[in-house]
Amino acid sequence: MGERLLLRGNEVIAEAAIRAGCQCYFAYPITPQAELLEHMANNMPRLGRTFIQAESELAAISMVYGAAGAGVRTMTSSSSPGISLKQEGISYLAGANLPCVIVNVVRGGPGLGNIAPSQCDYFQATKGGGHGDYRLIVLGPSTVPEAGELTMLAFELADQYRIPVMILADGLLGQMMEPVELPDPIDPASLPAKEWATTGAKGRAPNIILSFEMDPEGLKQINDDLQAKYRTITKNEVRYEQTDTDDADIVIAAYGTIGRICKSVVRMARAEGIKVGLFRPITLWPFPTEPLKALSERVDTILSVEMSAGQMWEDVRLAVAERAKTPFYGETGGIVPTPRSILNEVKKHVR
Amino acid sequence: MSANPKNMVKVFERPASLTDAKFTYCPGCHHGLLTRIIGNVLDELDIADRTVGIAPVGCSVFAYLWYKADSQQVPHGRACAVATGIKRARPELIVFSYQGDGDFASIGTAESIHAANRGENITVIFVNNQIYGMTGGEMAPTTLVDQKTTTTPLGRDPKVAGYPIRFSEMIATLDTPIYVTRQALFDTKHIMDTTKAIKKAFQNQVDGKGYSLVEVLSTCPTNWRMSPVQSNKHVGETVTKVFPLGDLVDRG
Ligand SMILES: Cc1ncc(C[n+]2csc(CCOP(=O)(O)OP(=O)(O)O)c2C)c(N)n1
Repeated sequence: MGERLLLRGNEVIAEAAIRAGCQCYFAYPITPQAELLEHMANNMPRLGRTFIQAESELAAISMVYGAAGAGVRTMTSSSSPGISLKQEGISYLAGANLPCVIVNVVRGGPGLGNIAPSQCDYFQATKGGGHGDYRLIVLGPSTVPEAGELTMLAFELADQYRIPVMILADGLLGQMMEPVELPDPIDPASLPAKEWATTGAKGRAPNIILSFEMDPEGLKQINDDLQAKYRTITKNEVRYEQTDTDDADIVIAAYGTIGRICKSVVRMARAEGIKVGLFRPITLWPFPTEPLKALSERVDTILSVEMSAGQMWEDVRLAVAERAKTPFYGETGGIVPTPRSILNEVKKHVR
Repeated sequence: MSANPKNMVKVFERPASLTDAKFTYCPGCHHGLLTRIIGNVLDELDIADRTVGIAPVGCSVFAYLWYKADSQQVPHGRACAVATGIKRARPELIVFSYQGDGDFASIGTAESIHAANRGENITVIFVNNQIYGMTGGEMAPTTLVDQKTTTTPLGRDPKVAGYPIRFSEMIATLDTPIYVTRQALFDTKHIMDTTKAIKKAFQNQVDGKGYSLVEVLSTCPTNWRMSPVQSNKHVGETVTKVFPLGDLVDRG
């Protein structure tokens, strides 16, 4: 393991990307992820790697497409309005089976919204924000160290499955400083060659990167292959964390920064003798449907808590069906629910 | 006297850098001719096996089928951004984009200008046929005043739609580009000039000089509702008045 560093969430994501062997980073400035861009601007050129401040998020994601197609590890980052612009490129990347990492440090919406932390882009990230039947792997870190770990993992999963992976963070996580220990850097030259990439057709047939097929049967086959890949990912890559769920009467379902806050709520509630547990999805897609379903067999209530009007809540209700009560508590506008307000909400649902 | 095949010399053949795939272009359209020219240049410079071509959205969407070279098919207008990504990832590759006027000079305006301004070491072929061929003949930013298209049925009215945009002249105002030129294909002389320009635009990249743009005035007999012969005449007599031929920048 490398040295211990005190860094912001945004910086940790950037530093982890560098250590994962990211060779090309393209982005357009936006709050609250400016430190990520700055860390890359300060470090990528020094390492002989590419940093480009693109003319727009549309351009940045298209640059990612080119670099991913050329077979290198590549990343872009932005916040909500910028991620909306990237949706065109994300759909093309998914359709062309290109690996890359996209970071969304989510802020309040809709529209220009504000720059306060939010989880209001869950639908966009997990249900396909662009056109077509596609999925991204979506990872929701809840602490600064976990943001680093999941960024490293994102590059691995992207290459393994040839899929765009999104880190869904929020402004709070981006700005928060915590001590982290990051793994030693990976030498990009040590990564396996990508035989499908456009590296020059010397001594082989041309490689073509595309998301285009005029024949409906052909396009159906492409879609079938994508769906088969998504099933494999769903089978292998579900990640989540459970805290004190064994004897719980009520379980809070929460991800990201709110997942972390809810850990404190569990402690506070237990101190008062209320048996509360926490279920924290780490992969938001694939969503941990089966484990949550199993949990719903033995608890009365699963309370979803989010910084949104109730987006992950829909996946919770799909998993739980009618097996347990599924109330919701959320704040919008960039308001972060306090542990006290969440505890009060919990108390409404315990007998 | 009948010729003995044994004594015949091959003076014309398909460029080695092109595949056997049949072009999807209409008769008389210049896209096919231009593809051939690019194939010949790739042959002459012997670079096909380290070239990546960018197929846009438009009539040349199938461009990834024509070359014995790697290709990327990309979103409408984003070719210069994708080219940037490829070239920065692997500077040893020769990267060229091939784009229509809608792709390059309308939806891709920002990507086109900023790749030029960054001085990306790429080659851009910009096919100006003054119309959207692929989608059925709508107005392009380059459509001439009074030209009839399906979305300007009474002719382009500058009061409503502005004047045809001279995009290469805009790029030529930038300090970074190495080579910006406008060429045409309506007769043999101009085909030879275009070939020279395209060769130079690729050679600049091979030499690591920077950004080169070759705009090529092209025909669309189908959507112009003209014969191929009339179309060539139209380019030579009318289009070149609005889009004058020649080098705009040459810092090579
Ligand atoms: C985002 C998006 N908008 C619109 C289209 C539809 N479209 C396909 S080709 C085209 C115009 C192409 O015109 P041009 O670039 O001039 O090339 P040409 O077909 O004339 O060669 C349009 C509008 C698309 N594919 N994607």
